[in-house]
Amino acid sequence: MGGKKSDIELLKGGKRTDKRKPEDLREIKMEANVVPNADGSARVQFGNTIALAAVYGPRALFPRFMQEADTGILRTRYNMAPFSVVDRKAPGTDRRSTEISKVTRLALSPSVLLDDFPKATVDVYMEVIQADGSTRVTALNAASIALASAGIPMRGLVAACSCGKIEDTLIVDLNGLEDNFGNADMAVAMLPDKDEISLLQMDGLLTKEEFFKLLNMAKEKCLQIVEQQKSVLKKLYKVDKEMTE
Amino acid sequence: MEKEVVLPGELLGERKGRKLGQGVYLENDKIFSKILGMPRISDVEVIVLPLTGKYIPRFGDRVVGTIKEVEISGWLVDINSPYVAFLPLSEGVEEFVDTQRSDLSRYFDVGDTIFCKISRVTKQKVTQVSMRDMIARKLYGGVVIKVTPTKIPRIIGKAGSMINMIKQQTKCEIFTGQNGFIWIRGENKTKAIEAILMIERESHTSGLTERIEKMLGGK
Repeated sequence: MGGKKSDIELLKGGKRTDKRKPEDLREIKMEANVVPNADGSARVQFGNTIALAAVYGPRALFPRFMQEADTGILRTRYNMAPFSVVDRKAPGTDRRSTEISKVTRLALSPSVLLDDFPKATVDVYMEVIQADGSTRVTALNAASIALASAGIPMRGLVAACSCGKIEDTLIVDLNGLEDNFGNADMAVAMLPDKDEISLLQMDGLLTKEEFFKLLNMAKEKCLQIVEQQKSVLKKLYKVDKEMTE
Repeated sequence: MEKEVVLPGELLGERKGRKLGQGVYLENDKIFSKILGMPRISDVEVIVLPLTGKYIPRFGDRVVGTIKEVEISGWLVDINSPYVAFLPLSEGVEEFVDTQRSDLSRYFDVGDTIFCKISRVTKQKVTQVSMRDMIARKLYGGVVIKVTPTKIPRIIGKAGSMINMIKQQTKCEIFTGQNGFIWIRGENKTKAIEAILMIERESHTSGLTERIEKMLGGK
């Protein structure tokens, strides 16, 4: 969050606190179908940040007044586990998670096509089990894989990436320290196949030039991330010739 | 050219006047996949067969359902879908029934299993099922198991080869609904269930028929 003072040197000789270059992503691990009970699920890890997403549905929607006669609806829940941060987080919904639940829903909804499921709902549950910065984008990346593996119709996969600024250096994929003590941070989610942005949030100060430069950096990284999402999903089904006949 | 697995948003080619089947959408005269599935691309039509997903009722499907509620003039049937199907009295029973005098639970009661046909689906997915079909019947006893609906064609096999083999080897009666419910009755039903779950698990591998045969013939 924009420019808290700290004694920690975030950039030392062009290297960040975790020895990364400014334009480097952390190590990314992705896995699909990790929750057997769910219709689709995924676990995504960006460095020390781990998010789990589970998708249920389309399923019948109650209470009935929430039903839409001509389309299905998307519901999302973002939650951080009490043990996900160093200081225990009070369990349950708070102002922050309510907001992130809403923005992740808005980030996913340009992609999901729910016209075929009138009166039904698709529920996406995102749980952050370890937090070290960029939790909302990690959760979004997991949600996108989970939706696809649940067989929900989508216009394309959603990939997300965070970016920001330390002093005058533009960086991508912020960790916890950079998130807290950097000069600016920005979360970007997009549909890389369509080149459409579906989430753009910013905190801190950036000039117009910096903003556009950062946006392009984030877009480039989203393209990398979506390739990894695709390979994880394709790995689920190694289809043999026999079945394609 | 046929690709192996396609993902949502993957380009399948120009439209060129072709029909749009299930699992695809059109944008700027280009066809994209909207689901995780396997493409079937021909000169006439482009479709993507889903690999996962819930059952959405379609006209003409034969499904296994369980009675959820008994109403005044029909029954509500659970068909393993986000939508509950309605079985009207006229489609459920052949004989004349005086609804003033008789309770419909004497024909189908809550918890009964039926094999029926989807006879109507509206745009809003209001679904009706019918027993007016050659193979439709009430299923007595037995158990109902649930599998992924998209795996049903693999469980049935080419012209029923797989399911017929299980039926012969285990001497069970089996009804497979396209909704993913499978009804099984017979002494060896555990064996049959094991085989079906194995097919579901390994549906994307080859040589499965032989492995199933070996597994069933083993004991």
